[in-house]
Amino acid sequence: MTPDVTRPRRVAVVGAGAAGLAAVQALRLEGFDGALTLVGDEAGPPYDRPPLSKQLLSGEWRPDRLALRTAAEIAALDLDLRLGVTGTRLDPRAGRLTLSDGTSVPYDGLIIATGVRARRMPGTGGLAGVHVLRTLDDALGLRDALVRGSRLVIVGAGFLGAEVAATARRHGVEVCLVEPGAVPMGRAVGRRVGEVLADLHRGHGVRLRTGVAVSRVLSTGGRATGVELQDGSVLAADTVLVAIGSTPDTGWLRDSGLHLLDGVLCDQYCAAAPGVFAAGDVARWSHPSYGRLMRVEHRTNATEQGMAAARNLLAGSGATPFAPTPYIWSDQYDRKIQIFGDPCGDQALIVEGAVAEGRFVAVYRQGDRVSGVLAMNMPGPLRRWRAAITGGPELGENARMLAGRLADATPL
Amino acid sequence: MKRGKGKSVMRVTVDVDRCSASGQCVLFAPNVFDQREEDGIVILLNPTPAPEDHAAVRQAAIACPTACIHVEET
Repeated sequence: MTPDVTRPRRVAVVGAGAAGLAAVQALRLEGFDGALTLVGDEAGPPYDRPPLSKQLLSGEWRPDRLALRTAAEIAALDLDLRLGVTGTRLDPRAGRLTLSDGTSVPYDGLIIATGVRARRMPGTGGLAGVHVLRTLDDALGLRDALVRGSRLVIVGAGFLGAEVAATARRHGVEVCLVEPGAVPMGRAVGRRVGEVLADLHRGHGVRLRTGVAVSRVLSTGGRATGVELQDGSVLAADTVLVAIGSTPDTGWLRDSGLHLLDGVLCDQYCAAAPGVFAAGDVARWSHPSYGRLMRVEHRTNATEQGMAAARNLLAGSGATPFAPTPYIWSDQYDRKIQIFGDPCGDQALIVEGAVAEGRFVAVYRQGDRVSGVLAMNMPGPLRRWRAAITGGPELGENARMLAGRLADATPL
Repeated sequence: MKRGKGKSVMRVTVDVDRCSASGQCVLFAPNVFDQREEDGIVILLNPTPAPEDHAAVRQAAIACPTACIHVEET
């Protein structure tokens, strides 16, 4: 970190998703009363993405319900709000940000929160019937395509693919979910819980193809007709959703001199250069407790890191390391999966409920430390176990109960 | 979201239908928020928090991953 810098007077935040919004809110909350520019590449005000694959796709929510803040709350932030434009160039030495409308914004403090873009499959550009899901427009397009009785092939069973499968089944769409790994969401939840999810999806009528990758999308006359798998089999489809992850939106920073390494490389304070910070999906920072570089594409991190970057931008030499306990969740059918910390370790133990009942809490131990907790449909008990990772004040009163449960636990 | 300077009355509302049971609000402001045992959904313990809780509530409103906490200060 640079030694005491003067408090910035002009701050620009690039990216108006959850992380960018949290950053501008936190800047104002911390008393920053200088000029504050918020740049967003989409036309509308900041909105929430997790409901895109659920409430928005199902038609349960109209788009206006996604708004993260009311118009009055946004107005109270006194922003220079630039919507429908992107950052095109950054010159950190000169403190100048150039935008796609040709204007430039001088700044003495900057937060990069441009997020990620959905990864696409080669050769699918411009092909009708092939979708990705990242933005509101993406979600509205997919929603219109998911007609009852139509056939949807989802490429990739990560969080997004699995959630869309659940939503689509509820609406009578025929769903085939294709995943190169052994189980859905295996990277996030591990093999055993992934098997529970596989059973869950099959039980709801999803055709699940695991252990095989998609080699290409088939089409006729500019319209997708299905996908071909690497084992040569063909799955017919009216709609194909490509849910194979995303890439950090850093192309516009190419000439900035910032270190780009699958994201904007940051120190433990979320600083990428003096006066330049990054937050949310785009930021790869050094997590002080885990002792490694991390980039987290989840909603809770976006907000927490936006707040942390804002605080540290104003704090100068009083900055504090960003050391969150990661929290992620997913809603599929009638199940809520919640994970605190890192669900991997030497040992996984069921401490409450039972896998067969679809309600359980699993604790992951690394040596004598609790590294992560995963709950399915047990948010109440999860709270008590969260303290075992965070070491918060709740741990004191719970310690004996938790130790007792751990002693009685069965392996996952 | 309004800036806190010189304001003393705070009114908190929560949009329960949006809540995803993350419990972030309880971590920030345990005097003002709790969660239901059965589904983890937010319980607003005190819609007009005491001044000493105001700072924590403002943080909780930003930190909530579904933006379901709204704060009005007059």
